[in-house]
Amino acid sequence: MTKKAFRPDVDAPKWKGGYSPYDIIKEGTIALTVILVLTLLFAIVFGSPDEKAITIKTWSNADPVDFVNTALSELNGTSTTASYGAPYNNVPGSGQAMGPLKLESWVGVRIPVNAARDFVISPLKSLPDQPALDQDLKTWSAASTTQQNSWLSAYGKAVTKVTIVKGQVVVNTTNAGPLPVMLNDLTQMARSGALDQALIAGHGFYTTDYTKPLLFIADSGYLANLASNQHLTGDQWGMMNETGSYPGQAWLWLYTFWYQIPPFNTSASGDALVFATMGVLSLLLLFVPFIPGLRSVPRKLKIYRLIWREHYQDSK
Amino acid sequence: MSTSEIDRQWTTRLRRRVEGKLPPEKMLPDTQPTYVSSWIYVFGIATMSSLGVVIGTGCILALRGPQWWHGSAYGHFINSMHLWSVEIFFFTMVVHLWGKFAMAAWRGGRALTWMTGVVTFFVSIGAGFTGYVSQSNFDSQWISTQAKDGINATGAGAYFNVLNMGQMLMWHIVLLPIGAIVLTGMHVLMVRIKGVVPPFEEGAEVAE
Repeated sequence: MTKKAFRPDVDAPKWKGGYSPYDIIKEGTIALTVILVLTLLFAIVFGSPDEKAITIKTWSNADPVDFVNTALSELNGTSTTASYGAPYNNVPGSGQAMGPLKLESWVGVRIPVNAARDFVISPLKSLPDQPALDQDLKTWSAASTTQQNSWLSAYGKAVTKVTIVKGQVVVNTTNAGPLPVMLNDLTQMARSGALDQALIAGHGFYTTDYTKPLLFIADSGYLANLASNQHLTGDQWGMMNETGSYPGQAWLWLYTFWYQIPPFNTSASGDALVFATMGVLSLLLLFVPFIPGLRSVPRKLKIYRLIWREHYQDSK
Repeated sequence: MSTSEIDRQWTTRLRRRVEGKLPPEKMLPDTQPTYVSSWIYVFGIATMSSLGVVIGTGCILALRGPQWWHGSAYGHFINSMHLWSVEIFFFTMVVHLWGKFAMAAWRGGRALTWMTGVVTFFVSIGAGFTGYVSQSNFDSQWISTQAKDGINATGAGAYFNVLNMGQMLMWHIVLLPIGAIVLTGMHVLMVRIKGVVPPFEEGAEVAE
């Protein structure tokens, strides 16, 4: 063996002490049994949560006013999805950045979503035998952008006082062109459950992709309110919580922590900053054996003296 | 066939390498250094055991498909076991990780052992996350619609679409478990080859 300078945080001393019996198979069997029993106990005593998924039908029936407002925001481009940018659509100036790195924008539109077309116009067009609606949709499509914006503006002013009377959307405006009929019919479609089917089955009969209905529901105030009631929002450390009183993803505590403090919770690129920070911290953890100073922390902390206290007592 | 020709075979070389690095007494040891006498050492095998229960309960859930547990009391109970074994898995894994950090367990040529452990932790976080977003309930609706912003911000969301339940389920039940199992296997083999890191002793000789 060649002698060289001993680096206590890199090299390990040669073990010259004794050995004791060790039955690895027995240890493994006992560990598996204990974990299995613990798992069974927790499952029997606490069970697991299974809060039923919401649908566009449940949302539009529970809060039709919120539904109408959300549908309008898809049409006028103010919803989260309509103004999101990549990877869903092209919106100049959108997207988060990690300093000079605008990864979101650089990747571009890979999952195309046109909020007005996909969430409102196309579902309405799929309704059969609706001559009045068909005519209104033609009017909408034939109108100039200026005219559409004028109708949207008129509806937007009136929508704050929208009411639902006998299941019909009542909006006090006469300057919104075809919008009252379109949004009323979309609401009826949603409340019947047909809009769920139209959005889910957009790719064909078989599908496992819920991108569009989830984006639409996420644009609502309804989903956020339910989540807040279940202490799931970002400022409630929601990233590591789950429905009910269950421990959730407690291992995400550090991710969640950053969302509680500036600049992460004030920056428009908060998510990008959190992921960049966690990326750097993850690399530090991965490469700690090679980072001088950091790899000395365990030796200086001396927690190892607690772990190997019997060894150190025997060595005295 | 000459002996030298046999010696040059890839199979022969691999077998000899494995025999040299990992003889049976290292693979299945019946003794261990006396310093290995702390409760902290339990958490490594506890992590592996809970991973076994996670995979076992996941396989039972897979037998009847992703929607089964919503409408079956037995299915829901298996899901509860799956959930709690995951919670125990992460608890034991994190204690194991910080225990090994406190021991500076990368010493003595064990850096790769440390690194495979850390990567296994990261892969497990991904496996847990994809499980949460493929539950097909309110939890998965909320988590996926919130998590998309963070993942989109990295650019990865264009390819790793957390709103696509089918894609997430495939990652959860195929790709990430394979990653976790392979990495755990590599990690354990490295531990067996290198042995458990000895205590700090300043001025000691470097081990071979």
